[in-house]
Amino acid sequence: MTCDGKSESAATRRDVLKIAGALALGGGASPALVTPAEATPAEMQAAVASIVGEARINDGKVKVDIPPLVENGNTVPCAVAVNSPMTAADHVKAIHVFTEKNPQPYVISVALGPRAGLASISTRIRLRDSQTVLAVAEMSDGTFWSGRAAVIVTVSACLEDVL
Amino acid sequence: MARALINAPAKAARGAVIEIKTLVSHIMETGFRYTQTGEPVPRDIVTDFTATYNGEEVFRARLYPAIAANPYLTFHTVATETGTIDLKWTGDNGFETTERIRITVE
Repeated sequence: MTCDGKSESAATRRDVLKIAGALALGGGASPALVTPAEATPAEMQAAVASIVGEARINDGKVKVDIPPLVENGNTVPCAVAVNSPMTAADHVKAIHVFTEKNPQPYVISVALGPRAGLASISTRIRLRDSQTVLAVAEMSDGTFWSGRAAVIVTVSACLEDVL
Repeated sequence: MARALINAPAKAARGAVIEIKTLVSHIMETGFRYTQTGEPVPRDIVTDFTATYNGEEVFRARLYPAIAANPYLTFHTVATETGTIDLKWTGDNGFETTERIRITVE
């Protein structure tokens, strides 16, 4: 198992890892314990900050459409739509999608322009755990808007072993 | 060259917003998995996608390991003139696939 700690909170898992690490004394530790690959909400905030910088993120305009309950975290339909006229003067420049509890907070970043006509994308993503998916839109006037969706995942992505 | 599926209208009215659906076959190995013997499986994903309408870039995406296998992506563009839309995926290990759509604008 590679992406473990499915139902534990981050703090609990970290404590478990500390004890496990102390007991392991090298050699016996599995790779999953050596690399705690988990993006915490704090890491997501850092990832968001790396995109928006000091700017304020307003709530609204962005709609994240994900089924509230998904059975298989390996492929989750995810659509993001931003309310914008998409004219040369007022359009969406970029849309970024982030997750809280995946090994990495980044999901997708797209660059758009007035030629898009409609600021709406859809794709399929992986989710390791029940979490909130955040989408941030960057407008041509320099403002940032965000929307989010809470998702419950029954079967996590990346649980299966590779042969 | 990997297989790609494209769904886009062949004809559109001038100025209409068209939806282009794309899917490319790719395993999208995250780089976060291990084999049963503990070896990390190296990352192998599609990292970039671009759509170019008659030579002008209209859409670009950066993909990360959190995108599911066989990346599916839809986007919109304004049908401005008759011509071609070139789609290009690039990724790890020199992965590259291109597709061309022809569109007639009336």
